[in-house]
Amino acid sequence: MPKPPMSVEHTFPDSAARNAQGEFETEKMSLSMGPSHPSTHGVLRLQLELDGEVVTKADPVIGYLHRGDEKIAENMTYNQFVPYTDRLDYLAPLANNMAYAIAVEKLAKLEVPARCQAIRVITAEMARISAHLLGLGAFGIDVGAWSVFLYSFTEREKLYKLFEELTGARFTTSYTRIGGVARDVPPGWLERVNAFCDQFLPLLEEILDLLTRNRIFVDRTAGIGVISKEDAIAYGLTGPNLRASGVPLDLRKDKPYSGYEKYEFDVAVGTKGDGYDRYLVRGEEMRQSVRIIRQAIAKFPEGKWYAEDARRIIAPPKDKVLTSMEELIQNFMIVTEGPQMPAGEVYFEAENPKGALGFYIVSKGGGVPWRLKIRAPSFCNLSILPKVCVGALISDVVAILGSLDFVMGECDR
Amino acid sequence: MPAAADAVAAVKGGWPGVTDRASLDHPAINVPASDLLAVLRSLRDDHGFDMLADVSGVDWSVGVSPRFTVVYHVFSTARHDYVRVAADCADGASPEVPSATGLWPGADWHEREAYDMFGIRFAGHPDLRRILMWDEYPHFPLRKDFPLAGIETELPDADVVAETRTGAIAAPMMGGPFVAAPGQINLTEAEPRAKDESWSERRPKPGA
Repeated sequence: MPKPPMSVEHTFPDSAARNAQGEFETEKMSLSMGPSHPSTHGVLRLQLELDGEVVTKADPVIGYLHRGDEKIAENMTYNQFVPYTDRLDYLAPLANNMAYAIAVEKLAKLEVPARCQAIRVITAEMARISAHLLGLGAFGIDVGAWSVFLYSFTEREKLYKLFEELTGARFTTSYTRIGGVARDVPPGWLERVNAFCDQFLPLLEEILDLLTRNRIFVDRTAGIGVISKEDAIAYGLTGPNLRASGVPLDLRKDKPYSGYEKYEFDVAVGTKGDGYDRYLVRGEEMRQSVRIIRQAIAKFPEGKWYAEDARRIIAPPKDKVLTSMEELIQNFMIVTEGPQMPAGEVYFEAENPKGALGFYIVSKGGGVPWRLKIRAPSFCNLSILPKVCVGALISDVVAILGSLDFVMGECDR
Repeated sequence: MPAAADAVAAVKGGWPGVTDRASLDHPAINVPASDLLAVLRSLRDDHGFDMLADVSGVDWSVGVSPRFTVVYHVFSTARHDYVRVAADCADGASPEVPSATGLWPGADWHEREAYDMFGIRFAGHPDLRRILMWDEYPHFPLRKDFPLAGIETELPDADVVAETRTGAIAAPMMGGPFVAAPGQINLTEAEPRAKDESWSERRPKPGA
C-alpha cells in the first residue's frame, strides 16, 4: 500500500532509554494555529511554541490575503481605486471609502459641502456599529457565547438593508467619490436610519447584557491579554485597542475631519487594557455612534452632496455625457487619463472601527498616484501579538485574538 | 505655532543635515540616514512624538538617484500632530537605512514590510524576514521595475509540491492587467483589456 501523502512519522529515539533511567524531560512543542482556524478570523496563522499549554513564543504569519493593493493603486486612476478600499476592512467599507476620499481630497485641495460631510459621518458611524457588532459576535463565539452572534447578526442585517438602499450594495459599497458621495440619500432614508437607532439601542443593551456580567465571559477575558499604555503606544496600536489601554486618543475628537467637531460624543477609555476592557470600549462606542448619527440627522444640512470643484474629478452625469459635447469630452478625459492631481505628498488617518486607517499618497501630478501606502490598523494591532501571547494559555490566545478584533483583508492588503 | 512646526524647527537647529521637505499637509523633513535615529529619538523624547504611525518605502524609479526613500510618520498622542521624516537610501543597488526597532517595537513589522516590498534593508533589525510574501519569494513587488501582472514564481515549498503534486505556479494575471493604464501612452494601449491574448490556462504561454 502506498504511503499516504504528507504523513508525519514520530520517532523518539532515546525517550525509552531516558525513562528507563528515571529522567523525565519535557520538550517544547510547536503548534501551527491557522491559517484556517475558526478563531483566527480569516487567514491569520500563529506559529506557537508551547510548553505544555503555556505559550512561550508566538510568531504571527501573515500575508495569506495579500493582493498587492498598493501596487494596483499605482496602476490605476484615483477614481478607479475606490472599490479596492471596500476590500480593506471589508466589515466597514463605508468608513474606508471615506478615509481614502478625504486623503485624495487633501491632495486635490477640495472642500466638500456640509451635506456630504454629514452623509459620510452617518455612513461611517453605521459602519462602525456594523463592524463592532460583528467583532462582538465573533468574540462571543470564540469564548463560547454563541447567542450573542445571532443577535448581533440580526442587527447587522438591518444595517445592510439600509446600506443597500443607499449605495446599491450590501457589502462592497464604493459609495464615496473623491469630492463627494455617489448620490444623495434616498427619500425617507434618514427617517429609517433614525428608526433603526430607536429599536437598536434597547437591543444593544440586551446584547451587551449577555456578556457584560456573564461569569464565563468575564473569567475568560478579564486580566487576559493585558496591554499596558506604554506598550500600546510603542506598538502603534490605535482605535478601541489603544483606548482600552487607557489612552484617550480618538482622531474624531483630536484631529477632527468631515465635521466631527460639530457632534457631541464621549470617548470610551479603558483602565486595565485587558480583553474585557476592549469589549467594554467597543460596546460603549456603539452607543456613542448612535448619538452621533442622531445629531447628524437632526441637523442634516441642505445643499449638494458633492463639491462643485469636484467636477474635474468625478465623471459627469450620464445623461449629460450623452447629450452635451463638453461633458462628453470631460468624461472621456477622466476615464482615460484620470483626474488630474497636483504633485505633492499627503498623509491622512481616519478613525475607523479597527483603528487609524491611514493613506500616504505621493503624487507626481497626473491621474495616477506614484505611491499609495495604506497604513492598516489591523496590521499594527496584530504586531503586538508576539508580546501579548507569551505566557498565555492556548485557550487565552483564542480570547486575545477575539478581543483584538482584526480583519485580515486590511492587514494583508 | 503648532507642536509639529516647533519640533521641526528645533530638529533643524540640532542637526545641520536636516532640511525641509515639500509637503501638502504635515511638517516634513529630509534627514540623512546617518542622523535618522538621533532625529527620531529626539522627536520621540524631546518633542512628544511618541507613536510611530507608519513607515513606508518609496521607489522613485530605476535610474533615479537616490532611488529609494523611507518615509516615517510620527504622531504625538498628547498634541495630536504628525511629522513626516524622510530618509534617502544612498545606494540604489542595495538600499539600507538604520532600523527604528530600538525606538519603537512597532517598527518591526513596518520595516519587514518595506524590506519585503522594496528590498530596503534596515540595519540592526533583529529579524528582517519577508512578512507578506513567503520567505522564498525572490522579487520585490513594489519596485517600479516589477510588472503589475507579476512574475511566474515557484510556489513556496518544493516538498509540498512534491508531496501533493499540485503542479501549481503562482500565476500572474492571465494576459492582464485588466485596468485602464492612464498616462503618457497611446489610447489604444490604454484600453482596459487583456494585453496578451496569445495564451491562456489551456494554451500554454509561447516560449514558457
